[in-house]
Amino acid sequence: MRMRWAYLALGLVIITGKPVLAQGNKSPAKPAVSNREPKIAESRKTDESSGEQKFQQNCSRCHNAPQGFSPRISGTIVKHMRVRASLSDEDAREILRYLNPQ
Amino acid sequence: MCRSFIFISTARIRRHICLSVTLLGTALTASQTVEAQNTPLISGGVGFITLTNGGNTTYLPVISPLVAAPLGKHFLVESRATLVESFSPKGNGESGYNSSFLTAVSFAQLDYLAGKHVTVVGGEFLTPFATYNERLTPIWISNLTSAPLSFSLGIMGTGSGLGGMLRGSAMSNGKISVDYAAYFSAASTNAQIQSQRSTGGKAEVYFPHERLEIGTSYGRLLEQTHQNFVGAHAWWEPADIPIKLRSEYAHGEHSQGYWVETDFRFSRSATTDTPLTRLEPVFRWQQTFRNSPDPQDGLPAADTQRADFGLDYHFPHEIRINTSYSRQFSATGDRNVWETGIVYRFLFPTWRGK
Repeated sequence: MRMRWAYLALGLVIITGKPVLAQGNKSPAKPAVSNREPKIAESRKTDESSGEQKFQQNCSRCHNAPQGFSPRISGTIVKHMRVRASLSDEDAREILRYLNPQ
Repeated sequence: MCRSFIFISTARIRRHICLSVTLLGTALTASQTVEAQNTPLISGGVGFITLTNGGNTTYLPVISPLVAAPLGKHFLVESRATLVESFSPKGNGESGYNSSFLTAVSFAQLDYLAGKHVTVVGGEFLTPFATYNERLTPIWISNLTSAPLSFSLGIMGTGSGLGGMLRGSAMSNGKISVDYAAYFSAASTNAQIQSQRSTGGKAEVYFPHERLEIGTSYGRLLEQTHQNFVGAHAWWEPADIPIKLRSEYAHGEHSQGYWVETDFRFSRSATTDTPLTRLEPVFRWQQTFRNSPDPQDGLPAADTQRADFGLDYHFPHEIRINTSYSRQFSATGDRNVWETGIVYRFLFPTWRGK
């Protein structure tokens, strides 16, 4: 009986995996850079570059980046990873900016 | 049996789940005005693993959920559990399977982000010793299904502690970052939470430019015959070559061991996504050495060498297939170990965003 439920659960999760992951806007996303604001755009590029670098150095050391997730949980993810990976306060902020470029 | 899981009783998991649900419920209630990015999340992995060890095959459907819920700006409640059903053929000419339901709670903890350099952790937490226990035990992260042979050294039996821990980033800049963790765990024989009285900690130094991490760990068991455990690890991810090198060494009173693992992900060097770039060959070499008998430390009874050859494939939508063949050499007998697993990683908010 338990085996049947386990297979059923596994099948449902795999079949429904795509819609679950596809919901909402996904992060990380590229920031919307405006031509009218070159300084701001440059700053955002720096943020993204620095944040991406921090992400690669801290998060990707252990695991592959998620293929997508709702921006509503980006803060929770960073808090979780701050504890797990002993992120510094600054690194956590930069990674959060990278995950939420707006 | 897959060594990644620390098994406990069904009653214990039920109580842990109740505790986790209660904590999560408290978190949801307390955070009525949740910040836009701080919605509680549910993550984890679900998979099906087959393991053939010395000719005996075991089938393992497994689900490992993780919940994390912020409480304001400074608190975080998080918990991870693993539920496994194990099936193996009866053998001796009998038809059918023997099965057992096994469950585990890896951690159920409250984190207080006290400052820039300190996080205070209370509750049941993963024992911070070396790297594997804290970083690579989730089924959606580890490249190889089985844990290293020396995994059990330094993690005080259950892999979890009950008490308090201080951890954080001691310093961090563009050239170097230093992390630390220090804990004290009380003994508990309670059916809900089992842990040993112990203390220990670890420190790591990471060089971002070189992408090199080195660290050291110490643990002391404070029950019965006190024992010391010492560990060291080095991880390196060269910037110019798409490989990762991970290694770990652990030394106990009665045994010691080490493992070295490398993987090559084609996608790290490719600019386009093709079926080939989703391949990830993995190799791990490990050795354990027995100084004197100790049935409690979890290492093989005799000196053992083992080579693991793995080949993982990353499908779209967070699905991954892990396969591996291992050859184990020991005075007690050589053996082949075959493992195949399919794992789906999930990650979503507890409720839908606006």
